This record gives sequence, structure tokens and C-alpha cells, in this order.
Amino acid sequence: MSERDELSCRDFVEVIMAFLDGELDAAQCALFDAHLAACPDCVHYLDSYKTTITLGKSICDPEDADAPVPDDVPEELVQAVIAARRLR
Amino acid sequence: MVEDEATLVAALKAGDDAAFEKLVRDYSGRMLAVASRLVGEGAEANDVVQEAFLSAFRAIDRFEGTARLSTWLHRITVNAALMRLRSRRRHPEEPLDPWLPHFEASGHRVGPSEPWQPLDALQKKELRAQVRKRIDELPEIYRTVLLLRDIEGLDGEEVAGLLGVNIGTVKTRLHRARMALRSLLDPHLREMQP
Repeated sequence: MSERDELSCRDFVEVIMAFLDGELDAAQCALFDAHLAACPDCVHYLDSYKTTITLGKSICDPEDADAPVPDDVPEELVQAVIAARRLR
Repeated sequence: MVEDEATLVAALKAGDDAAFEKLVRDYSGRMLAVASRLVGEGAEANDVVQEAFLSAFRAIDRFEGTARLSTWLHRITVNAALMRLRSRRRHPEEPLDPWLPHFEASGHRVGPSEPWQPLDALQKKELRAQVRKRIDELPEIYRTVLLLRDIEGLDGEEVAGLLGVNIGTVKTRLHRARMALRSLLDPHLREMQP
């Protein structure tokens, strides 16, 4: 983040991930919040960035029974795996 | 470990052929889905699943049941897919610029950022296919980091180690990948009704 007393939209976007990861110090957080209070576009951008992360995470959870699984695993794949194990 | 799973693991450790076939039939669908996300659908994903099962079978004696069998197989599949990705010829870094936000020289955004409507659980579920499709459009080096960090849930250090890059590179690629994915989803999300 540049050493200035306010953030531009470019500065703001550059540090969004660091902000969400809790990597900004108190002074940097204050600058981040001040920009957010003054810039509705960046409020929308931050919200949509967070939604993007949530949507990404939702597509796969190894223990999620609702996670998409191909209905038709190719029988050739099953047979190939079984055959390969016999060869080992 | 649930009882059925414990029984299956015990049979696998004993070298039971029927147990191995059951393992393959029960879990290959999920593993194929994971492999396809990482290396793309097709023969290569099938190869990854095959390699993952063979690795799992070799390592089954060390499986202690502290994680679910599905989680353990998931991680093995991710590792097998990464081996594949590393062995691919390196492509020059593809540009993400069209999908990144643009700014004037002053640092102000070019064009407005429109709000997205809040999504309920059903809408999020309906969007999964769209999200998967958009992730597939990302250049490989960005897609891989996004998949490993945000979707497979590995931490930054793990991803850096697996990809042979430093943590700063992982963070930069992840942030750029998220911004690009945001842009790709933007038209769809702006149109969704609350």
C-alpha cells in the first residue's frame, strides 16, 4: 500500500485480500475503512469479491453429500484401475 | 471412522480384492470430479484417478482413520493431479488483464462497479455450474491456485510447496484469479433477481 493519507480505488483493490486475511495493520485498516466510507463503487466491489470467494468454496466440499459427483463413472475407468492394481 | 468405513479399510489392509473393487466403485466418481477440475475432463483425469487409487492402495496401511476415507482420497487425488500439472510443458503466462479492474492514471476506477443482489441458498446452489464453468475459463496458473486455495481448502504454504513457487506468488495469483472470476461472474450476478 502506498504511503499516503488516503487510498485510491486502485490501492483499495490491491489490498482487499490482505484486508480479508487480517494482514493490514491498524493504520492501513483505517485507510481502508475511510476509502470504503467514501466510495460506493468499492463497497460493491468488496461485497462481490467476498461473494466470489463464497461461491467458489461452495462448488466443492469433499464431505458434502450434495457435492456434484458424475452419475456415470465410466466402467472402463473402474476396470482399468482394478487391472492396474493387479499388475502391481 | 464410521463402522462401514472401518470394515472396508480393514479389508483393504488385508489385501481383499472385493474391498478394493468396492473402494473404486464407491469413490471414483468424486475423485474423477476432483481430477477433472484440476487437469480438465478426459483421459488425463482418468489417469489421475488411476494413479490416485494405486497410491492410496500402497498407502492404505498408513491410513489411521483420523480423517474420513473420502477426505484422505480427495487429498491423494489432488496430489496426483498436481503431479500431472507439473509434468505438463510450461506455457507462457496467459494475460488476465481483460478481466481485471481498470483504473485511470489517478487511481480512480474506470466505470462503475454495480452491486450484486444478495443470494439465498437455492440461488447459490443453482449458480454452482456457472461458477465451475467460469473457473474453467481462467488461465491454468491462476485456475490451479484458486482451486487449491479456495476450493480444495489448502493453505498458502501448502500450495506454494506443491507448485514450487513462493508464498508471495501464491497470494498474487490468488487475488488476481479471484478478481478475474468476479468479473466473469459479474454479468450473471447483476442480472439475478433477489
